[in-house]
Amino acid sequence: MSVPHALLALLSDGAKYGLQLQSEFEAKTGEVWPLNVGQVYTTLQRLERDGLVQTSSEEGEGSQKRYRITSTGERELGEWLRTPPDLVPPPRDELVIKVLVALEVPGTDIHDVLQGHRRHVIEVMQRYTQVKAAAAEGDVPLALVADAELFRLEGIVRWLDAAEVRLKQLPPPAHSAGDVAIESTRTMEVAQ
Amino acid sequence: MTSALELRRVSKIYGSGPSEVHALDEVDLSVDRGELVAIMGPSGSGKSTLLTISGSLEEPTSGQVFVDGNDLATLSRSNRAKLRRRSIGYVFQDFNLLPGLNALENVSLPLELDGVSSKAARGTAVEAMEELDVTDRADHFPDELSGGERQRVAIARAIVGERGLLLADEPTGALDSVNGEAVMRLLRAATHRGVAGVVVTHEAQLASWADRVVFIRDGQIVDQTTALAGPESLLAAGGDR
Repeated sequence: MSVPHALLALLSDGAKYGLQLQSEFEAKTGEVWPLNVGQVYTTLQRLERDGLVQTSSEEGEGSQKRYRITSTGERELGEWLRTPPDLVPPPRDELVIKVLVALEVPGTDIHDVLQGHRRHVIEVMQRYTQVKAAAAEGDVPLALVADAELFRLEGIVRWLDAAEVRLKQLPPPAHSAGDVAIESTRTMEVAQ
Repeated sequence: MTSALELRRVSKIYGSGPSEVHALDEVDLSVDRGELVAIMGPSGSGKSTLLTISGSLEEPTSGQVFVDGNDLATLSRSNRAKLRRRSIGYVFQDFNLLPGLNALENVSLPLELDGVSSKAARGTAVEAMEELDVTDRADHFPDELSGGERQRVAIARAIVGERGLLLADEPTGALDSVNGEAVMRLLRAATHRGVAGVVVTHEAQLASWADRVVFIRDGQIVDQTTALAGPESLLAAGGDR
């Protein structure tokens, strides 16, 4: 999540105080992503330094500063919205590593390992679903945030399901584990 | 309190000799009223068999099935049929609405088959349709309804009257994810009003609407989720982000 760009977006409908930006950010991300006020002010200072926001000049001494977006800030925000995020996976996905390692450890029931992870992921999904279930009907931002997490987590469950099916088709574990590890290394190189 | 559904060491074997298939292997499961349980498992794991046996559409090879405290094996054939009509509601993947009947007639049909007068049955059916917010579609035929509306009518039919057990097999069918979610919301709301619900699904997002998710593999229950932590635990966990 890019906090600077989120703040620019919040400023695009008018000048605002730091505290106001903090509460709007949390409300619009379904309060799933907390943001502390220190982080807001540090980010605003950096945005001001880079000429993307400016403080309102009409405020008197000692009063809170109001921030407004500059035309450079608007251009930056527009570009950011249309730039695809980095979709290249992390070089070493912890869960993938755990499953590959589990194949190598003698006496490990790989199906138990997969099931333990599956249960945990689904328990987290249940909590996000509870957030959605408890939300007001018109709270679209919250539903979008919860959906994003749920689809991501569902992808993990589907990977675990696929792993289960593939591992059932494996011949004796001693040979196959090494083969799987080599195969996946090759795939990761391609991804990078 | 008696569970709405209880399975005790239920096994189901299809075929015999070398072609014998153990679809269920000594399964224990109980579901209370007010609780929605999802059964998850890969294809061929026995989850649909578990549902049909729970609904007395099929008999177990061994073990006992109790619905509202009644041991199904001790009931006569006709009493079992009566229990099926009165206490158990089914929601199927393909909705199974009768095309020649309008929505209201589809919902009131189970009551009329059970001998309730047509007028009384329709009154009760309207109440169920109100719960599902489809009363304005009462005189429409299934082919005049959208996929989501058809499924609402199917759920209304499953909960009509005094049914205590709601069984659903992949109930969101071919609906898109947002309409599928709406169906799960309705099933959850129905169970939280006091029905016991069991939903079989292979989709994690749908299962996550349940109070408890039970995992089945090779005919055995291998695991289940623990009691739900509140949504605030998402923030406390931190590492999930």
